[in-house]
Amino acid sequence: MKKYILIVCLSWGVVYSQDPLSGLLQYRQNNKIYPLSGASVFWKNTTIGTVTDMEGIFQLERPPASDLLIISYIGFKTDTLKINTSFISHQMTQNQEYELDEFTVNQRRKASQKSFIETQNIRKLSSEELLKAACCNLSESFETNPAIDVNFADALTGTKQIKMLGLSSPYLLISEESIPMVRGASQAYGLTFTPGTWVESIQISKGAGSVSNGFESIAGQINTELKKPLTDIPFFLNLFASINGRYEMNTHFNLKFYDNWSAGLYVHGNKRTQKFDKNNDGFLDLPVSEQINLMNRWQYTDLENGWVSFLSWRYMNDEKLLGALSYNSQKDKGMKNRWGSEIKTERWDASFKVGYVFPEIPYQSFGFQTAYSSHIQDSYYGLRAYDINQQSFYTNLIFNSIIGNTLNKFKVGLNYSFDEYVEQVDGDLYNRSDWNVGSFFEFYHDNNDNFSWIAGIRVDFHNNFGSFLTPRIHVRYVPLEDFVIRLSAGGGRKAANIFAENQTLFATNRAINIQSSQGKIYGLNPEKAWNYGLGLSKSFYISSPHKMTLSADYYITLFTDQVVVDWEVPRQISFYNLERQSSAKSFQLELDYYYRNFLNFRVAFKNYDVQMDYKSGLMQKPLLAKNRFFANLGWESKISPMDNQWRWDLTYHYLGAQRLVHNILDLDHPRGFSPSYSLWNTQLTRSFSKKFEIYLGAENIGNYRQLSPIIGSDDPFGEDFDAAQIYAPIFGGIVYSGLRLKI
Amino acid sequence: MKKTLFLLLALPLGMVAQEKQKKNTKTQFTVHGNCEKCKKRIEKAAFSIKGVKWADWDISSNQISLIYNPQKVDLKMIHMGIAAQGHNTTEAKVKEEDYDELPKCCQYERKE
Repeated sequence: MKKYILIVCLSWGVVYSQDPLSGLLQYRQNNKIYPLSGASVFWKNTTIGTVTDMEGIFQLERPPASDLLIISYIGFKTDTLKINTSFISHQMTQNQEYELDEFTVNQRRKASQKSFIETQNIRKLSSEELLKAACCNLSESFETNPAIDVNFADALTGTKQIKMLGLSSPYLLISEESIPMVRGASQAYGLTFTPGTWVESIQISKGAGSVSNGFESIAGQINTELKKPLTDIPFFLNLFASINGRYEMNTHFNLKFYDNWSAGLYVHGNKRTQKFDKNNDGFLDLPVSEQINLMNRWQYTDLENGWVSFLSWRYMNDEKLLGALSYNSQKDKGMKNRWGSEIKTERWDASFKVGYVFPEIPYQSFGFQTAYSSHIQDSYYGLRAYDINQQSFYTNLIFNSIIGNTLNKFKVGLNYSFDEYVEQVDGDLYNRSDWNVGSFFEFYHDNNDNFSWIAGIRVDFHNNFGSFLTPRIHVRYVPLEDFVIRLSAGGGRKAANIFAENQTLFATNRAINIQSSQGKIYGLNPEKAWNYGLGLSKSFYISSPHKMTLSADYYITLFTDQVVVDWEVPRQISFYNLERQSSAKSFQLELDYYYRNFLNFRVAFKNYDVQMDYKSGLMQKPLLAKNRFFANLGWESKISPMDNQWRWDLTYHYLGAQRLVHNILDLDHPRGFSPSYSLWNTQLTRSFSKKFEIYLGAENIGNYRQLSPIIGSDDPFGEDFDAAQIYAPIFGGIVYSGLRLKI
Repeated sequence: MKKTLFLLLALPLGMVAQEKQKKNTKTQFTVHGNCEKCKKRIEKAAFSIKGVKWADWDISSNQISLIYNPQKVDLKMIHMGIAAQGHNTTEAKVKEEDYDELPKCCQYERKE
């Protein structure tokens, strides 16, 4: 938030220190200056004080002992002024803490913060952390963060997939400004549809989240806050190029006008025209692609009366061409001479939000959000066609207030959501409508010391799930100084959009086999799970410039119902509801070290035990490393008086063996595991002033590659063809560079 | 089951409607203290007084900002409630034995 303090001290003639002090207090709102009446003014450590009159004027006797004047008024920052004149004129700054939702906007302190105060296990990534991975969109924003694992989805699209607690993104609730965003049709590529520069901050909460945004989160929640026209800079330009042929451009324009209005126009384009086939398998290592992404936001802010409102719309068009190097879609489409694929996605989003904070009682507020989106994907993979069209409507009303005092807060609200899906899969048509009405209540208690808890419950009526309750609870306890214990438990459920979530199956020639359990979603029942978590965190202050935090957490997700995606049998992919129970156990140990503010070192070890209840028995989920290791070293030079600064970052990932499920019927050779491997990324940024910086980076410095990523690439229409067995990068090392201009 | 669930669904609306206004008075005064520990103590003292809805004490200015319901508690009671925990306010003075019981860092300088 932009905060301004303007202090003007004027002296009137000769000053005698024993003269009474007179002064004028004002505040600025929308570039107009108003008198501040009723503010209290007094000398520090005395009882001598007064209150300003209707014109903001006061007169006060001077005590012999104090020359520090304290000025305060609710809703404004308290100021302490040293007085050596007989008249002052002072402008007060408002506390601008009004927000639309529960999340706090990041302060510019540490790029990634694990909070000690939050009851939930929430990690906040500021825009500074997001800059550590210069490229390019939301799916790549998590590379420098141990809470989320980034994997490649398949050998063709170059899409990255994220996992938390060993569970893939469909089990996460991914929202944009608290509106569910990457879900249903956008599950496969949705994260690549939000440009990284639009993101202001990301909040990652592990385990059962809040009930306020729905019942769908199982492993955790990721919320992104986008740049806001009021607080963003007027003009931003980012250009990016990498040696893998990717070019990007981002521009932001923001304008403030009239008293309370601001608007922003955000334009993103990316393109890759060069064709690469480094592994000589006849297939493109990365798709040829093009994306245009536009967003327009209008913001209305009237802090005096407590209103904030946003009206936004977005348009996105993304086209990818992949497959054989010599594939020509005009000549070869639908033919067996060359294998190729095109994925075209067009998406519209519109949302309206309004938030009201009662000016007299800032702890009471309501928020209303409504959003519509249309997502149309037309695609084919070789001879397989997959089209999906999803129309979504979402609305949410939240009321926040207190019971007795602000140590006991509550949140109540209503949701309505509607989704209509039309899918065409290899010539079969699937239609579905989901609608849901839900109501929730969440209570938060804090003893203002070492104990707090949140308990939430929601009741939902869903046309395909029936009516059900979703309880969730979080507890935070601080038994010793700088030692925090957190517990969480909660339920969640979701519909498995089996094709959208597993689009990589189309990059194989596996036959689709749905084993119906007479459910309403592709014949299958919804997925239900319980998540339990325990987290411990301890800070150590070795000596003043050193600070260290050690944390460990352990989460168990138990699926009482799940749509199992079974790749185990070669030449087919099966979907069925589990018979017993699947589970995902995740353990993470993390050490964070800070030396003053300019050096940060972070290491994390992760272990995932994800057992899927297959028809053939319990087995570790394929293509998931059981052990992972992460390290990140960040360094920043001191900012010189000319605003020059160097920033450097080095990230290390180790991925243990992953179980493979090749699509080859070869009884003599068991499928086995992938080799373990390591990746190194680095980035160097030089800022020349507050307005201009350039960066240079490299990904996968060791140039580790999976050498023959596509199985059966010599016969792409044969039964063995499988481009979904991806455990490592395909392209190898990448060098990129770019610039940022901020005006 | 279904009926109870529907009742639960309607509950939030009822609660919103019940919320009453204009029972909130803001005030601000000096409470003596020094440190983070005092902040916890002072705010805890304020929150333990029925009718105090919001309390925030600022270390550097020694100012407490309060929102309270004057129909439930009067300002004098709030001053006394805080002073009972060992912290002098502009209206209420602490008893000697209460001051002595303060944690060391909270033993603020007293002026006569």
